[in-house]
Amino acid sequence: MLFLKGHDERGVPLLIVGWSGGSRNLMWDLAAHSLDVARLRGASCADVRVMHLRQRDLTTKNGEVGTLAQSESIGLGIRVLANGAWGFASTDILTRDGVSRCAAQAVAIAKASALAKRGDVVMAPEEAYVDSWQSPCQKDPFEIPLETQLALLLAADAEMRRIKGVTLTETDMQFRKIDSWFASSIGSRIHQRKVISGCGMAATSFQGQEIQKRSYPNSFGGQHALQGYELIESLELLKHAPALAEEAAALHSAAQCPAKTGTLILGGSQLGLQIHESIGHPIELDRVLGQEANFAGTSFLTLDQLNNLRYGSNIVNVVADARPEHGRGLGSFAYDDEGVPAQCTDIIKEGQFRGYLSNRETAHLIGLNRSSGTMRTESWNRLPIIRMTNVSLLPSTWSLDDLIADTDDGMLMDTNRSWSIDDRRYQFQFSTEIGWEIKGGKKTRMLKNPSYSGITTEFWNSCDAICSREHWTLWGTPNCGKGQPMQTMGTGHGAAPSRFRNVRIGTAFSNQ
Amino acid sequence: MTAKRKRQGGATGASGGLSSKRELRELIETVLSLTKGTDADEAEIHIEEVDDWLTRFANNAVHQNVAERGVTVSVRTIADGRTARATTNRLDQDSLRGAIEASLSLAHSQPKDPYLLPVPGKQKYRAVNRFVNSTARITPENRARAVKRASDLAIRNGQVAAGIFSTGQSQTGIGNSRGLFAAYRETHAEFSITMTDGSATSWAKANSADVRTFDPQSLAQLASDKARRAVDPQELEPGRYTVILEPAAVLDLVGFLFYDFAATAVADKRSCLNDRMGKPLFGKNISILDDAYHPLQLGANFDGEGIPRRRVQLVQAGVPRRLVYSRRSAKAARKSPTGHGFALPNEYGEAPMNLVFSGGNASLDEMIRSTDRGLLVTRLWYIREVDPYEKVMTGMTRDGLYRVEKGKVTSAVRNFRFNQSLIEMLRNVEMLGPAVRATGEEAFEMVVPAMKVRDFHFSEVTKF
Repeated sequence: MLFLKGHDERGVPLLIVGWSGGSRNLMWDLAAHSLDVARLRGASCADVRVMHLRQRDLTTKNGEVGTLAQSESIGLGIRVLANGAWGFASTDILTRDGVSRCAAQAVAIAKASALAKRGDVVMAPEEAYVDSWQSPCQKDPFEIPLETQLALLLAADAEMRRIKGVTLTETDMQFRKIDSWFASSIGSRIHQRKVISGCGMAATSFQGQEIQKRSYPNSFGGQHALQGYELIESLELLKHAPALAEEAAALHSAAQCPAKTGTLILGGSQLGLQIHESIGHPIELDRVLGQEANFAGTSFLTLDQLNNLRYGSNIVNVVADARPEHGRGLGSFAYDDEGVPAQCTDIIKEGQFRGYLSNRETAHLIGLNRSSGTMRTESWNRLPIIRMTNVSLLPSTWSLDDLIADTDDGMLMDTNRSWSIDDRRYQFQFSTEIGWEIKGGKKTRMLKNPSYSGITTEFWNSCDAICSREHWTLWGTPNCGKGQPMQTMGTGHGAAPSRFRNVRIGTAFSNQ
Repeated sequence: MTAKRKRQGGATGASGGLSSKRELRELIETVLSLTKGTDADEAEIHIEEVDDWLTRFANNAVHQNVAERGVTVSVRTIADGRTARATTNRLDQDSLRGAIEASLSLAHSQPKDPYLLPVPGKQKYRAVNRFVNSTARITPENRARAVKRASDLAIRNGQVAAGIFSTGQSQTGIGNSRGLFAAYRETHAEFSITMTDGSATSWAKANSADVRTFDPQSLAQLASDKARRAVDPQELEPGRYTVILEPAAVLDLVGFLFYDFAATAVADKRSCLNDRMGKPLFGKNISILDDAYHPLQLGANFDGEGIPRRRVQLVQAGVPRRLVYSRRSAKAARKSPTGHGFALPNEYGEAPMNLVFSGGNASLDEMIRSTDRGLLVTRLWYIREVDPYEKVMTGMTRDGLYRVEKGKVTSAVRNFRFNQSLIEMLRNVEMLGPAVRATGEEAFEMVVPAMKVRDFHFSEVTKF
C-alpha cells in the first residue's frame, strides 16, 4: 500500500498530513536535515528547495467548458558540490528518512560527476540571508468562486461567437501559487510566496483555403503576471471580445502583407517576444559558455563582445530587472533560487552591450565578484539554471499617435503568430496575427499574414523611436523552455511600441 | 515507490525501481474507495510514476547531473453530468480525499455537459513489453564513464563535446469505477552529443527503451566526423534546393502534422485536413500509419480514458484516409473510438502519438550519389507554424549542412532559414530510406525515413 493511511513505508506517520501554514517549521526542519546529511556525506556546499506548487486551469471552447483542473505538487530538491562537481536529487517523500536518502543520493551523483570533470567548480561569494517575501496580490484567485471565473470566460466566449465568420472560440485562465523554502550551507533561509495569474481569449476563422486568428491581450494564452485576480478584471475581456472576433473574420478579405524592405512599427506584445528571443536568450551566460550547446544552443555574444559590441541604436536601453519595483512581471522575485537577492543589471546602455545574466558559478568568468541573481527553477524536482528575469526595453518619449503620424510609409504589426531564431540568436523571423499599412502618417488598410525577419544586431541598430511609459507594458511569457530535463519558466518583458527602419518584411510568405 | 521500499534509490545511485502492477492496482482501488460516500456518480484514477536520471555534459565535462523520482495521483469525478480533474503528489488519505473534494468542487462549478459520457467499462489490451532491465540498472557512474570516453575523444580531436546521457523508467496506471484497469511501464535511454570544431558543430542522437541498442561512443565518433566536415562553411544564395533530409530532420518537420489528424481538430476547423480528407494531398509514395505496437515505438497501449489504442492508417498512397477519435469525438461522428483520446476534461480531443511512415529502400549514400546539386541536412531547429492550412513551417538548419555536387558531399554550407509547406514537401519526395526510430528536439520520437525532396524553399541565410 502506498502511504494511504498517512504512514510512510516503515509505518511512521507522515508529517505533512494536515499540511498548512503551521507546517512551515517542518519545511525548515527537512531542509536543514537534508543539508546536514549532505555535509556528513562529503558535500562541500549545498542548497535545498522545498516547494509547494498549486495550479488551477480553466478553458472554454465554442461555448463549452474545456479543461477544468487543479493540481498541487510538493517536494524537495537538493543540489550539492562534492569532489568539486555537482549532483542534484529530488524527492516527494517529505520525511526525515526520505530527505536523508535524497541528500545522500545527490552526493553520490556528485561524486559520479567528478569522474568526468575538468576542474573544480568555483562559486562567487554570497551573503547569508534570512528573509520572507510574498508577491503583491490584491485578490487571491484561489479564493474567487470558480463559478465567477467560468462565467466570465463563457460570457467572453459567447461575445466572440456572435460574430459571423468566426468558426472557433477559445478562452483560458490559469492561476498558480508557489511557496518555496530555500536553505543553504552558508546559512540562508528564505521563504517566498508567488501568486501568478494569466488569462486570454482567441477567435479563429476558417474560410476557403485559409485559417485566420486573433488573440487578446496576447496570443498563446494571453497575459500572465505576478498578480492576483485583479489582473483578470483589468483585462476587460467582454469589452474586447467583439472587435477581436470581427478582426479574425475580416482578415480573410484583407490584403496580403507585401514582401519589401521598409519601416516597421511593432506593437508592445510582439516587441516583448522580440526582446525575449534576440536579447534575453543570447545574454544567458550558460549559453555563451557552451553549457547549452547540445539543446538550446549557444550565443553570438562571445565574451569579447562585452562592453565592445554596439547592440542597438543610441536610444536602446535594456535591463534585466528582477526587483519587484520593476513591475509585477513573471521574472520578479526577492531572491533567486540560488539565494542571491534580486538585482537590476544593465544589458544594453545607449546601444552598447553591457551585461550578461550570470549565476554564482559563472560570474567570475566575466570578471564579476557576484552573481547577477538569475538562477531559477520550475519546481522542486528541477535544478536551478540561468533564466531570464524581466528583460525589458526601457520606454522613451513618443506617443503611439505621434509615432504613426511621423511615419510616411510603413507597417504596424501586432500579436505574435510564429517565432523562430537560429541557435546562436543571429537570424530571426516572426509573423504576427495582424498588420496595418501606414501611409502619409495614417494607419490605413488591414494586412493579413504579416511577417518580418532580420539579423539581431542590425535590427536593434535600426530602432529609431520608442514609445513612452504610458504605452509600456510588462508582458509575461509563461512558456520559456530551456534545460534538460526541460523546464518551463515565466519571464517578463517590458516593452512599448517601437519603430525600426529598413526591415525585411513579408519573408515568410514570399516565393510560396 | 511501494510500501516495501522502492521509492528512493540507494545512496549509491542505483535505480530504486517502480511499484508493482499489483501495488498500482491497490492504490487505484483505494482511491476509488475513497470516492464512495461522496456525491461522485463515477470516478477515474490516473497514477503516474517516474524514476529518471540525466547526466549533462558540456566543455568536455559533466556539469549537471540530476535524479528525479515522483508519483502523482489524478482524480476525475463525474457528478450530475459534470466532470473535472484534480491532481496531487501527496499520497496520504487526507490529501487524496482533498483531491477528490477539489475535483467535485470544480465539477459542480460548471454547467451540465450534455455530451459527457460515462466512464468506459473493462477493456482488453494487446500486450507490449518495453521494460528493459539493462536500462533500469544503469548508474550515474555508468553514465559518467560513457561521457568521459566521449569527451576524451573530443579532446583527442581538438573538439568540444556537449550533450546528455539519460536513463529512466516510468509507468502509468488508470482505473475507474466501472472496473476498467490498465497499466503500462517502460524504460527509456537517450544519448545526444554535439561536437564543436572551431566554429563548426555537428550532432548525433539515439533514443530507445533498451540502452544496449545504441553505442554512445559511436555516436560521439559520428558527431566528431561530421563536425570536422562542417568547418569553413560556404555561403550560398537562398532559393529552392533539392535536399536530403536525415531522419531527425524529417521527424522534426512531419511531427507538426500529427495533431491535424485529430477528429476534434477537423471538427474545430483548425486542421489542414479540413475539406481534404479522401483527396490526393501528398505524393503516392507517402503512407502514414499510427501504430502503438510497432517494435520501434514507445508509449502506452491505451489512451487517457483507458481505451486500447488501435492501429490507424492515416494516409494511404498520398490520400488522407482516416482520423483518430476519442470516445467523445467518435460519438459525435458516429465512428468507433480509436484509443487516442487525451485525459479528460480537455478541449483538444485526441491525437495520433505513434506515427510510422512507410519507408523505402534508398540508402543515404544512394540519395547523395543520385543528386547533381543539393544539400544534405543533419537536423532542423526552432520550427514553428507560419500558415496552419497550407502547413507552411519556418525554422533553421543546424549542426551540419553540407553541399552535394555531382553525387558527392563537397563542402559545408552556412545555415539557412526555410519557409516550406509540409504538404508541398510531401508531394516532392523523390527517394525514401528505410523507416527508423528517429529522435530530434522538436517532435516526440517517431518512425520515419530519410527523404530526398526537390524544391525545398530556403528563404534566408544566417552568419554561420
